[in-house]
Amino acid sequence: MSTALQLGIIVGYLLVALAVGLVAYRLTERTAEDFYLASRTFGTVVLLFTVFATLLSAFTFFGGPDNAYSLGPEWILVMGLMDGLIFAVLWYVIGYKQWLLGQREGYVTLGELLDDRFNSRRIRGLVAGVSLFWLFPYVMLQQIGAGAAIEGLTAGAVPFWGGATLITVFMIVYVALAGMRGIAWTDTLQGLFMLAMIWLAFGWVLLAVDGGIGTINAGLQANAPEFFALGGGAYTPQFMLTFAISIALGVTMFPQINQRFFAAKSERVLKRTFTLWPILVLLLFVPAFLLGSWAAGLGIEANVAAGESVLPVLLETYTPTWFAALVIAGAIAAMMSSSDSMLLSGSSYFTRDLYRPFVDPGVSDRREDQLGRIGVVVFAVSALLASLWAQGGGIGAATVGSLLVDIGDLAFGGFAQLAGPVLLALYWSGITRAGMLAGILVPQGLYLAFNFLPETSVSVPVLSDVTLFATNYFGWGISLYLIALGLAVTVLVGMLTSPAPGAKPDLMEVTHRD
Amino acid sequence: MDARSIGWAGVFATLLALAIPWFLWGSEQLFAGLPVWLWWHIAWLGLAAIVFRVFVARAWGLWVTDERADEAGTPGR
Repeated sequence: MSTALQLGIIVGYLLVALAVGLVAYRLTERTAEDFYLASRTFGTVVLLFTVFATLLSAFTFFGGPDNAYSLGPEWILVMGLMDGLIFAVLWYVIGYKQWLLGQREGYVTLGELLDDRFNSRRIRGLVAGVSLFWLFPYVMLQQIGAGAAIEGLTAGAVPFWGGATLITVFMIVYVALAGMRGIAWTDTLQGLFMLAMIWLAFGWVLLAVDGGIGTINAGLQANAPEFFALGGGAYTPQFMLTFAISIALGVTMFPQINQRFFAAKSERVLKRTFTLWPILVLLLFVPAFLLGSWAAGLGIEANVAAGESVLPVLLETYTPTWFAALVIAGAIAAMMSSSDSMLLSGSSYFTRDLYRPFVDPGVSDRREDQLGRIGVVVFAVSALLASLWAQGGGIGAATVGSLLVDIGDLAFGGFAQLAGPVLLALYWSGITRAGMLAGILVPQGLYLAFNFLPETSVSVPVLSDVTLFATNYFGWGISLYLIALGLAVTVLVGMLTSPAPGAKPDLMEVTHRD
Repeated sequence: MDARSIGWAGVFATLLALAIPWFLWGSEQLFAGLPVWLWWHIAWLGLAAIVFRVFVARAWGLWVTDERADEAGTPGR
């Protein structure tokens, strides 16, 4: 009964999304700006929830509670600082500036803006290339997650490849039809749904446990007494700050988030979303992650290291089957709301920043709109093939849960390396084309080297042995060091070189709109 | 850098610095069943939302837009 119900809920959800997509398609003008940015018409609620649903994905239901279950509830603080505060400040400093420039100059992608500023197709192509490089495995991750979730849900009746293919085909149809407008509308529905579900789950568990919070805390005292104290175990200040800073910077450079900076209707919308952001983050993360750490106190057994998620197990224990099914459907919906946005923005980077400047500069608006839709198909199908291959052989023993965290962490850190040079480009007229290229290439190359090359010990005269290619030093993650290095390289090379012909150092000076 | 700019920079820096209550490091004290450090974080983000509102009302545009042009009343292009 539970399986049929869960499948019913997921199919029902897909049908609702498709209906929304069709309505959006009818409203759509056939231009790239409308397909990618809904013609810059988003109001407060839609912008807030589309960023929210895109950003938070399945991590809120699976990865986050799993971390709180195995490491302790301090994860709430990490995510609160990261998404509630640092991202909000960047929303203002990067997002508002980009929005003003987009309004004045009509930019659709970040690469386009940088091309104009530095008169450099190479920077544009490089930013798009780097972004697609990190985005691709992240889309794969969502497909692998969806495939595994559906396989698990149907107890193997629908195999992994079937589930992943089903979700991908659906997303292609949906994204190619609906574009940004449809995606944002379903995101809004999903965001509200997720919020409602997580609070219902929170209340339900609290009421269903005999003795409520007292029993839970007594259980924690017995099973995981270290959960009460702030810090300890995995949580060091360095660990917490590395995650919070690096991921917050990475988020602003994720194409599907960055592009949304351009889509606000007015300055008022940006102001409102900025002030509501910390509240929304609290409302979602506190109950979701508390449930994760409470599961440890309630003696819930979930093998998180082997890819099992704790929240579904907790809900199956304390809430009715239909309710647990609804929440899991919500999680799958969340996964999809992240992937559809990634597909759309990935396709826009491809057509706008690679195809148009390098292949066919004279492409018409209508043709670019078509190309964008074709790009969605190509991107999604390649990611699906790669996912099936990875799941079939290559990755083997590694499980969905650990994959989610591994690749996810790397992608965020990779995007974070773009944030420094972009921030400088937006605010400092002294930055040059050569400075940007070096400031992007050097940290990207080193980030890959430090994450993928084996640790090597090197003897240095005078000093003792130095370890190369470790992923952290003195407890701080390598991504933070490289962000600092990227800033330094951009500035230094900028000071040593002169502006390229055609660069516009004054382009970034903007005035208020309304 | 004028006083207004430095003041707001200080406010934002404080908001970021104390979102995690470092001064409660190692504290196990509970209030209403939840750790006191979690209550601090919840209250702090609530405070941040209020501070953001004040910033929006009084200083929106600071650092981002060209203030001289704004003050001279130059209309946006």
